[in-house]
Amino acid sequence: MEATVTTANNNEKTWGGGEDIQPLGASYGKMMMWFFIVSDALTFSGFLAAYGFSRFKFIETWPLADEVFTHFPFMHGVSAPMYYVALMTFILIFSSVTMVLAVDAGHQLKKTKVAIYMFLTIVGGFIFVGSQAWEWKNFIKGEYGAVETAGGSLLQFVDKEGKRVALNEFAVKLPEQREALTRSHSTWFMEDAETQPTYTVAEVQAGFKAHPELLIRTENLTKEKKKTVLSREDSETRLATAKYVVEGANLTRNEYGSKLFADFFFFITGFHGFHVFSGVIINIIIFFNVLLGTYEKRRSYEMVEKVGLYWHFVDLVWVFVFTVFYLV
Amino acid sequence: MAHGHEYVSNTKRIWFVFALLSVVTTVEVILGIYKPASLEFNHFVGLNLLNWIFYILTIFKAYYIVWAFMHMEGEKSSLRWSVVSPVIFLVLYLLFILLTEGHYIYGVFKDSTIKWNF
Repeated sequence: MEATVTTANNNEKTWGGGEDIQPLGASYGKMMMWFFIVSDALTFSGFLAAYGFSRFKFIETWPLADEVFTHFPFMHGVSAPMYYVALMTFILIFSSVTMVLAVDAGHQLKKTKVAIYMFLTIVGGFIFVGSQAWEWKNFIKGEYGAVETAGGSLLQFVDKEGKRVALNEFAVKLPEQREALTRSHSTWFMEDAETQPTYTVAEVQAGFKAHPELLIRTENLTKEKKKTVLSREDSETRLATAKYVVEGANLTRNEYGSKLFADFFFFITGFHGFHVFSGVIINIIIFFNVLLGTYEKRRSYEMVEKVGLYWHFVDLVWVFVFTVFYLV
Repeated sequence: MAHGHEYVSNTKRIWFVFALLSVVTTVEVILGIYKPASLEFNHFVGLNLLNWIFYILTIFKAYYIVWAFMHMEGEKSSLRWSVVSPVIFLVLYLLFILLTEGHYIYGVFKDSTIKWNF
């Protein structure tokens, strides 16, 4: 029996993650966290590069971020581009700061300080995830509505000054419209009251005819990086080809423009939000370990450092998502 | 590190980096809201100056997050290189391939009679 055990116990040449040999001068856990981050960084880079690919493909028709993300809490009807995401960015950077302060306190073996800073980091993480949910809610709900043509182009409505006009400001209610299917009139799985747009194409067209001051704005960008507004005659011709009424956003179509824009928005910010959420969960676990004194007994708070690396990485990704989605 | 050398607290540096990142973000937001025409409509190597500024500031922020917050500056240079160099190399490669191809497809749609519908 002894003979079989010797190879397993012989740790002169094989490395089992012990502290006696440390390749790259870091402990096993820390080194592996770094390499996990490398692979995760490449995943996010792949997504963002794919976003760039699609954007380059439709460079002349891509939606303008300034017109899409304009909401700020308690400020209805005020166009406030950028401010809300800027706030989210600050929240995340600040939670990164509290995390690094927790790591710093851990090096000095100050249990209470570590716990306090970890707690603040968790709070920051929750505020960020909540903010993102609110952002998604506004994105999904939409503000103005639009129509899609048979060719897949998106048409939005503006007045003479170029100000956006919402569908409910001009569309008429026609009597012969189809009633949305509700559960009380069908079997339990048949329902389309939620997915049915408020107006039909015919109602939008009739409303447009009744309001001669309205014009149509296409997706095409002019040289001044503004959307092209058509003349009244051109508007009427384009609107005749309308096929769908689009309100808000889903994975199939959205009122902002290119279908891929919403798809990438949901996918990339969703994947990032999932990272934040899992980071919060891991932080909570480590927070309780700190309270229980697990690391105090070990005389080492390296575990806090390792989750800290992950948390900073989430912040790092957001810096790039912020630039790519909202600034550029 | 629990074993061996004495750890020096660097709270001061943390707050300095926080202030730096906040200032950079504020500058980005201000530029993003006002979009000065002189920057937006002047191009340098296929990219307008405003976007150049945004990308440079982003990488500047990323550097400080990795070096100060993730404490990369305290690691051995072998770890630094084995983490940073694959990411930089692969990302540049990926961007080059995908953006070139995206631009090519844009040209195909522009110069042909095909109407995009996907």
